[in-house]
Amino acid sequence: MTPMQLIFIFTAVASTVAAIMVVTRRNMVHAALFLVMTLFGVAVAFVLLEAPFLAVVQVVVYIGAIAILMIFAVMLTRNVTDDESGHPFNANVRLALLSAVFVFSLLVVTLGGWAQFSAIAPFANTSGAVAQLGEALAAADGYVLAFEVASMLLLGALVGAIFVVWPRQAEND
Amino acid sequence: MIPLSWYLVWAAALFAVGLFGVLARKNIIAILMGVELMLNAVNINLVAFWRYLDVRDITGHAFALMVFAVAAAEVAVGLALVISLYRRRQTVAADEVDLLKW
Repeated sequence: MTPMQLIFIFTAVASTVAAIMVVTRRNMVHAALFLVMTLFGVAVAFVLLEAPFLAVVQVVVYIGAIAILMIFAVMLTRNVTDDESGHPFNANVRLALLSAVFVFSLLVVTLGGWAQFSAIAPFANTSGAVAQLGEALAAADGYVLAFEVASMLLLGALVGAIFVVWPRQAEND
Repeated sequence: MIPLSWYLVWAAALFAVGLFGVLARKNIIAILMGVELMLNAVNINLVAFWRYLDVRDITGHAFALMVFAVAAAEVAVGLALVISLYRRRQTVAADEVDLLKW
């Protein structure tokens, strides 16, 4: 067992346990903090996969923006449903558990039949990946269209979010 | 070294946990957290396939970045809807928002 494998096992177990806590904790602030832990585990996985740029983006965008936004939303809508009282799950909890287990076993069985399932990472020089990604995102035969669509999507989401929460006096009563 | 299967099984486990959260939780914010878990599982898969199959093909990275952008947009709009809903109905429980249910 190499140190890399030990780091991977520790990260995977910790972030999977944290993910289970996210979907089972009644206190939503605790759930949000466990979500941060899971997202950090994914960032560690990106480092292990030799994708340091994506690890940084994961920390900045997911933990720095999305998880903090979640915590803000939790605190702005506090103590209404399942904070200290009541049940955190709806009536379909058994069916949901069954379908989650089914999807997991289906994925593992399907992937297990694939020839390269237990492949080892080939030796490769990944130092130029970020420059290559930057070129691909701006190249006409690359992903410039997807890049522009993503920027329009973010702009639309920004304007839409502001529009949705904009206070309107006539409808407030 | 770490075999590809470890990453795939871990990502499948994260995806299943997120799916359970989406299907079973009452709180809309918790449902959004489940969606985030599922998107992260997909991202692990994309980057793992980039590393283990062909490093020169940057598609895995590009699509992981698209997933980041879509997740940010989804959370911004979703949480705005939750806060607007909380202002009007004083609830964030998904099963109490049934105005459009037939």
